Amino acid sequence: MAGAGAYGRKSAHSQPNCSKSGLGPGPGPDQPIITCRLLRSLFTPLIQTLRGPILSSSSTSPLIQRRVERPRSTRSLPSVYMKFTCLSKGGNFYFPPCHIITVSGFRILLDCPLDLSSLMIFSPIPTHAFSNPELPSPDSVDQKRQKHERPIDSSELIRAQPWFKTVTSLHLWNVPFIDVVLISSPMGMLGLPFLSRVNGFRAKIYVTEVTARIGQLLMEDLVLMNKEFRQFYGCEESGLPQWMNWEKLESLPSLFREIVLGEDGVELGGWMPLYSADDVKGCMQKVHTLKYAQEVCYNGTLIIKAVSSGLEIGTCNWTINGPKRNIACLSSSIFNSSHAMNFDYHALRGNDLIIYSDLSSPVLEDVKDNSCYSAPTSQKSSTLSADNDQEASAELLLSTSESLEEMEKLNFICSCIIDSVKAGGSVLIPIGRLGIILQLLELISLSLEASSLKVPIFIISSVAEELLAFTNIIPEWLCKQRQEKLFSGEPFFAHTQLIKEKKLHVFPAVHSPNLLKIWQEPCIAFSPHWSLRLGPVVHLLRRWSGDENSLLIMEEGVDADLALLPFKPMAMKVLQCSFLSGIKLQKVQPLLKILQPKFVLFPEDLRQLVSYSDTNSHAFFYYCENETLPVPSLKNSSELEIAADLVSLIHCRRLTAESIGIGRLKGDFSVTHGKHQLHSGSEQADSSQSRPPLLHWGSLDLERLLAVLEKMGIRGSVEQGNSDTDSENARVVHVYEPNKALIEVRENSTIISASNESLSSLIFEAVDGILSGL
Amino acid sequence: MAIECLVLGAGQEVGKSCAVVTINGKRIMFDCGMHMGYLDHRRFPDFSLISKSADFNTAIDCIVITHFHLDHVGALPYFTEVCGYSGPIYMTYPTKALSPLMLEDYRKVMVDRRGEQELFSNDDIMKCMKKVIAVDLKQTVQVDKDLQIRAYYAGHVLGAAMFYAKVGDAAMVYTGDYNMTPDRHLGAAQIDRLQLDLLITESTYATTVRDSKYAREREFLKAVHKCVADGGKVLIPTFALGRAQELCILLDNYWERMNLKVPIYFSAGLTIQANMYYKMLISWTNQRVKETYATHNAFDFKNVRSFDRSLINAPGPCVLFATPGMISGGFSLEVFKLWAPSEMNLVTLPGYCLAGTIGHKLTTGKPTKIDLDKDIQISVRCQIHQLSFSPHTDAKGIMDLVKFLSPKHVILVHGEKPKMASLKGKIESDLGIQCYYPANNDTVCIPSTCWLKADTSKTFIRSSLNPNFKFVKTISEDKSNLVSKETEATSVLQVHDERVAEGILIVEKSKKAKVVHQNELLLMIGKDKHDVQFAYCCPVQIGNLERTKGMDFALSKNVVSTSDECSWLHLLFAKLATKLGGNIQDFGQHLQVDSIHISVCLKDICPYRTTDGPQKEPAVFFCCTWSVADVNLAWEIISIMENLDLSII
Ligand SMILES: [Zn+2]
Ligand SMILES: [Zn+2]
Repeated sequence: MAGAGAYGRKSAHSQPNCSKSGLGPGPGPDQPIITCRLLRSLFTPLIQTLRGPILSSSSTSPLIQRRVERPRSTRSLPSVYMKFTCLSKGGNFYFPPCHIITVSGFRILLDCPLDLSSLMIFSPIPTHAFSNPELPSPDSVDQKRQKHERPIDSSELIRAQPWFKTVTSLHLWNVPFIDVVLISSPMGMLGLPFLSRVNGFRAKIYVTEVTARIGQLLMEDLVLMNKEFRQFYGCEESGLPQWMNWEKLESLPSLFREIVLGEDGVELGGWMPLYSADDVKGCMQKVHTLKYAQEVCYNGTLIIKAVSSGLEIGTCNWTINGPKRNIACLSSSIFNSSHAMNFDYHALRGNDLIIYSDLSSPVLEDVKDNSCYSAPTSQKSSTLSADNDQEASAELLLSTSESLEEMEKLNFICSCIIDSVKAGGSVLIPIGRLGIILQLLELISLSLEASSLKVPIFIISSVAEELLAFTNIIPEWLCKQRQEKLFSGEPFFAHTQLIKEKKLHVFPAVHSPNLLKIWQEPCIAFSPHWSLRLGPVVHLLRRWSGDENSLLIMEEGVDADLALLPFKPMAMKVLQCSFLSGIKLQKVQPLLKILQPKFVLFPEDLRQLVSYSDTNSHAFFYYCENETLPVPSLKNSSELEIAADLVSLIHCRRLTAESIGIGRLKGDFSVTHGKHQLHSGSEQADSSQSRPPLLHWGSLDLERLLAVLEKMGIRGSVEQGNSDTDSENARVVHVYEPNKALIEVRENSTIISASNESLSSLIFEAVDGILSGL
Repeated sequence: MAIECLVLGAGQEVGKSCAVVTINGKRIMFDCGMHMGYLDHRRFPDFSLISKSADFNTAIDCIVITHFHLDHVGALPYFTEVCGYSGPIYMTYPTKALSPLMLEDYRKVMVDRRGEQELFSNDDIMKCMKKVIAVDLKQTVQVDKDLQIRAYYAGHVLGAAMFYAKVGDAAMVYTGDYNMTPDRHLGAAQIDRLQLDLLITESTYATTVRDSKYAREREFLKAVHKCVADGGKVLIPTFALGRAQELCILLDNYWERMNLKVPIYFSAGLTIQANMYYKMLISWTNQRVKETYATHNAFDFKNVRSFDRSLINAPGPCVLFATPGMISGGFSLEVFKLWAPSEMNLVTLPGYCLAGTIGHKLTTGKPTKIDLDKDIQISVRCQIHQLSFSPHTDAKGIMDLVKFLSPKHVILVHGEKPKMASLKGKIESDLGIQCYYPANNDTVCIPSTCWLKADTSKTFIRSSLNPNFKFVKTISEDKSNLVSKETEATSVLQVHDERVAEGILIVEKSKKAKVVHQNELLLMIGKDKHDVQFAYCCPVQIGNLERTKGMDFALSKNVVSTSDECSWLHLLFAKLATKLGGNIQDFGQHLQVDSIHISVCLKDICPYRTTDGPQKEPAVFFCCTWSVADVNLAWEIISIMENLDLSII
């Protein structure tokens, strides 16, 4: 095949050089919106350019100033301020952002993901591992301190039990101080067992029912796949693994070093050996599951609610309503999904503050336009900003062009799959997106049928069976079209039928006994893990990598060159495809226009990609990683609800010459459901009626006082203050009848002195009658 | 503000549930059922009472349907497609999925078998259901700006829900039918503790208290097992949904356990199709059934097959589920005719059968013959088993729910009048909650909660949030040996938390009311404070100095020197502390209880010393000041001090 190199170099929108000719100039796939590309895995320049923009999205902006602040220092801010810290911007669909906010004195962690793409620095287990137990030396990387300008060699991959990279900055926070954890997607949950197993962890974890279930399955699968390594490398070393020695790290290729240490070289502390199955179990026991739009009240103060985000089945955006402010946490969202319930953006209206945390766009746009921070996007949005019509905004948001585009991509993938199997090759799909897998299953089976091909489809994963069954019992979480199937009594997804017809076979592992019995090639196999380091995919990829008719389908945003390194040289074709992973940039502004927040917390990285017209009423705060932003509150006062029966008890005094009434209020105070309430208590009913005023204002006129006292039968005489230095400005009334007493009167105070209680209270009555009081 | 409840159905009866409730101007129709016992106009609620002009779209803000039983949903297609209501309708996902099956089944029975004119067509059912908005449990649904509804799990049948509705400050719950104990496939009703003005609850079993249902389930299984073991046939007439699945799970499990091979049949395709729905909606069942979804869905019945008409006369034992329930006609009647004459066979019937059905005749007497019509007579020799478990809560369950929710008012519906009267009495006497059980077409009016909303200051909130702890602790210093062991022993820390908020409400014309802390008021109204205090310089006897042995005080007459000041104060403190308990505090230079401040007075002439009568023998003076809040306590202390002799230990 002469085309090897050339065909790898084809542009992002090129046709796969498959034998199927009809694809060429046809409509759908030729349009520039299709971002699938077929490439050879041989370290072609294309793959290099592929990685470029992905990395740059997190590093090139000169506006970002990195400061790692110890969060403790921000504690002293007054509580009117909400504090926001972005702990990680994340990377892609599989590694969502992670933030921590402080609201009404409560610390809330938003998501707890794992950076699983960093697994790629490890070597997968060799295929011969199980037949040939001879272990390769873990540090066979002998070529020390080489300068790695040239492409990295697969021998440089770390041969050791992999460790997992968590969000490093999270470790700076004191875990027992976290009050609430909100999880928005299964991906945002994968790091949770690391947190929940910490001694003193006491936070409430809120997750939607479906995310909890899927997240648990993914974590269990991860633990199981990781076990294979343990069996291979033997028991884990105690303490730090050898590859983490500073010397060893120095000798790593620079790309690896950057993955291990981060750009600032501070991320080594984020690496951990994977949690155990028991950690996962313990974590799940601490999780509180919710339905969409179910309100929970945390500590009587915060009302927390999950609303669908459309990204995947069960994923959500969170709203947090406190007495001082309403916050919407906007994660990656999709307006029109063909499997999950759509992005419910209406539910985010009426919040003062939006934490915009959908960082999926740059990756998409970069790859598409092959340039960083593309100008066209911002132009697009600026033309939109001129348009003030809300309805037009809504229309734009709901336009189905995105989902059509996605459908075209899937159809294109299907056509490539059909071409491969027709040529006798097998197809390997390690994509980890449930929605994509479910749709591909349906489309592939239709395509196979249309081409009258009898090629089996396999799903090999320890959790696939349960996951598939699960998707057919959760109509409440699916998109409208799928829900309709419930009402007509059909299964929501086709896989049930496919399994029944024996077109689809689900196995927990490659060595499942029944798998060998029915295994047949060519076939189409779905299998984790997308990092190509763990799970059944490693075995299958090794098996087919040399077959030029076979096809591997990967996702863009994954470093293909690095991912495929252990499988070189590869004859197998590779199709890389990007999928919609969030809100497109041109939709950001129309969306905000509809949501009408007062403040927006916006990622600094996206600042220049979205331009704003002056007509916007909301103020922007731009955030970077590891920087704490204080966000002022709009409301200075809170609202108090007073029970009507309590109000009726109040004795209202009218202030003279003013239309103001004032009255003393006493009741049982409570904070429930984010509201301050004053109920009629048990005791104040009668006591409030007859109580003397406690607070006085105005000045006391002596002549009037004497007159009033006289009427009560109390007589006295006025005497100017004497030698007492203290009472210089004091005037004194000496009472001599009925008993001796003394009234000391100053500008702002009066002292009543009598040896007898009743006289004292009579004098007070007189004083009270002249002063104003409450 | 008031809540108005117009009962259009299920008032002092069971059937055609329909309550129209007006809360703060919003009008909600809860359930829209039909009465199966009537064939005339009485079968539907009298909708004309809602709107004379039949303009239902302006008269009603939304309809909420609790579950798929016809006495709750039966009139809905009529109301939407014939009466023309086109506003929002809410029900849970299962209710939306299963209601059309029930409605269509009923329509078919009416039209095809009884030859009646149809009240709504199949098309009407479909169109009606298209308008329904499905909701999930616990999901807060914003119907409009002011009206919020939420569904809670009710047990009873798949998808049955109680509905919470809130408009402004007023809130209520309408239960529909519910079950407080779990059954074979459903969980027990579940609801949050809510602040409610009104609870409208069903009261089918207003006076019955049931024991464990497991015993009664065993009874049923035993009867069925015995019949098939003897080679008989079991006929179980049921409606396609609900009871059929519950009994099926029961039998399927039992068959597994006992390793029985006798076939279990479902008569119509309808029930098989219904099982398909149940499989997809398994998350609405109870925990145990729910967990079977991945490995073996509990509604994938292993031993159940569909029935073919030719099997009616086939030899050998079998169990057959046939529709409709109560043997009101159709296939179950057809089979009954053939199986009833043999004493080997068994017919099981639900506890409650509508009058006029064969089921009713079989359960009320022990007839040996039943006249089907003038010409046909069926001889009944088979055994009859009456199921004694019901998917409704019993009286204890109703009381538990009412007690748990503690609403301000209760309205009973969906029950029999005399039993409702007795339950009303119980609710009012045992729980002290006002209770009503209006008849159909009656309206009940109740007052609703109202909150005055005021802006409030940070200081007020902070002062209210601070637990109002009163720490009471004696500070005893070593330099003075005056404090006896005895008083030290009483100096334990005592804490009181009086979390009562006190503030000042300020109402100004055309402005939102404001609540502030007392200290903020004067600033707000621009006035200067005038401090009113009380003072009294109180003499305390120190008696004969000889008796204060070991105490080395230099005493001039009536006056103590500065160095002894503290000692006298400590002495007084010790005395007062034993009399007053822990509230008094010793600050070294003075003692304090709330605003009451006591210190030794060293002045020769104190203005607050009222030297009325002759001076008593040796005394120490203590200057006391206090503010009006503590007047009573201050005089109490003074009277203690005046009767004290500090020299007596
Ligand atoms: Zn019912
Ligand atoms: Zn009912």
